Amino acid sequence: MQDKNHALRRALRHPSFVAGGAMVLLLVLCAVLSLFWSPYPVADIDIPNKLASPSAAHWMGTDSLGRDIGSLLLVGSQNSLLVGFIAVGIGLGVGVPLGLLASARRGWVEEVIMRASDFTFAFPALLSAIMLTAIYGPGLVVSIAAIGIFNIPVFARISRGAANAVWSRDFTAAARAAGKGPVSITVAHVLPNIASVLIVQATIQFAIAILAEAALSYLGLGTQPPQPSWGRMLNEAQSQMFQAPMLAVYPGAAIALAVLGLNLLGDGLRDVLDPRLARQR
Amino acid sequence: MADMSNPTPLLQVSDLRVTLPTARGWAQALRGVSLRMERGQTVGLIGESGCGKSLTALALMGLLPERAQVSGSILLHGQELVGMPEPQLCQLRGARMAMIFQEPMTALNPLHPIWKQIAEPLRLHQHMGVAEAKARALELLDRVQLPRARERLDAYPHQLSGGQRQRVMISIALACSPDLLIADEPTTALDVTVQKEVLALIKQLVNEDGMGLLLISHDLGLMQDQVDRVMVMYGGSVVESAATPELFAHRAHPYTRGLFAARPRLGLARGTRLTTISGSVPELMDLPAGCAFADRCTLAADECRHTPPQVESVGLQGLSGEPHAVSCPRWRLS
Repeated sequence: MQDKNHALRRALRHPSFVAGGAMVLLLVLCAVLSLFWSPYPVADIDIPNKLASPSAAHWMGTDSLGRDIGSLLLVGSQNSLLVGFIAVGIGLGVGVPLGLLASARRGWVEEVIMRASDFTFAFPALLSAIMLTAIYGPGLVVSIAAIGIFNIPVFARISRGAANAVWSRDFTAAARAAGKGPVSITVAHVLPNIASVLIVQATIQFAIAILAEAALSYLGLGTQPPQPSWGRMLNEAQSQMFQAPMLAVYPGAAIALAVLGLNLLGDGLRDVLDPRLARQR
Repeated sequence: MADMSNPTPLLQVSDLRVTLPTARGWAQALRGVSLRMERGQTVGLIGESGCGKSLTALALMGLLPERAQVSGSILLHGQELVGMPEPQLCQLRGARMAMIFQEPMTALNPLHPIWKQIAEPLRLHQHMGVAEAKARALELLDRVQLPRARERLDAYPHQLSGGQRQRVMISIALACSPDLLIADEPTTALDVTVQKEVLALIKQLVNEDGMGLLLISHDLGLMQDQVDRVMVMYGGSVVESAATPELFAHRAHPYTRGLFAARPRLGLARGTRLTTISGSVPELMDLPAGCAFADRCTLAADECRHTPPQVESVGLQGLSGEPHAVSCPRWRLS
């Protein structure tokens, strides 16, 4: 228990952990807040007020349909988080067991799993997403699925690599000598020892998922109207580039800050969770 | 080795051969190892790095890499272990046979408190509940004389010293009272003073429980006080085997003599160089057709390089009636 306090104190001294953590926390708070309240209902169209400059009533102005930009950003954050959670969840839920299986069984099982994940990995996420939307039509679910599928080989690879390193350590041999089978060794010994690697990777994949969702929505393949999304706000801002350049800046900045925050958090977590660094103090 | 047909011994290994795949082809890592052990008997396995000591231990536990090819026979209480399916082996490991590893630093999982790791074989083989297993873990820690055992139940491995961790490892190995305990260089990673304590502890526990002990080491001095019988390994086979006092009194194989001559002793004149065995251990990939030691042996003749040595009985029998066997046709010369 003493250890955990120690790790927490070390984490709070780590600048990128603190900065990233604060930004991610802000993002989550925005999304939660927007579930209950936003300055204006995002579906309210107010044409007379379109493309208004920032004012006391509309802090960030309004878009081409007179909707409040601040409200759109707030509600749009739900979308980004939703995609991030589910896509990373798919990656963790499918990729990690595959990687652990590959590592525990070795031999042809490992070959098949790793070659299959190489194959999946060879397609850029955006391309496979475009392919999926060509088949199933555009929409939030399809884009989440596409990003999630892209995450599977990422987690399969990283968990296999980390698990192989754990399997080569003496305590797994000791566990085998105690009569444990591969499944229980994987659960009791391998998984806890690779958890920190997975947590760090999950943070980074989360950022990538937010970016990918924005890109897909920008292309019109992701979130469909009227559901607000940062990527679609960018897309809509594009046609008003010269009348209202700030329209692109707000969602752009939101995406950049979310991704930056997650990456900083990932970096910070890597340092905080790395046992080699932990032992130095 | 003379094969007395006693009722089933604890462990009977006959002509155990292991080949391992390497980048350069198949390596003959074990080339016909045989040994017999009764309950309560302690056997030492000695030799330099790469002679197959640890591999013998792994083969006995069935923990060889999957691609290793094993032939010969390992009978534990008359039950064949070679070729036994993995789930059955799992039931024997930790319950009937257990192993203490060389590195107590790495053989414990850094993320679990020690009581959990001691409880693991108990919960697995004796289906104990958490509370019962934890209580038993405390008894075991008391038995291996870990000071302040109660407080240390919840300690993590990094909070213990090397010697303390090795005591924890021993308590894990003993948890289910195995019949056969394999200790692979259990003290190599420890301080000299701690080494003695840990070995004395192992010896005491083995005596109390009457289990068979296979102690692997490269330290001759350590064998002298610890085991009933010593087997000297070289190049994947046993070159000499005798009761400990007999071996220390009448070493027959040229390699064994070399090992003894290379021991540092007190009382030598200052500046005396230690005797060494010239050359180095042969690569397992290209062992000679004859005796593996021939190239380094002072007694070697041409025949040694071409014909594998036969096991000969050295006339002298130890007090215990243990046979003294040597695989060298020229051991009478010196």
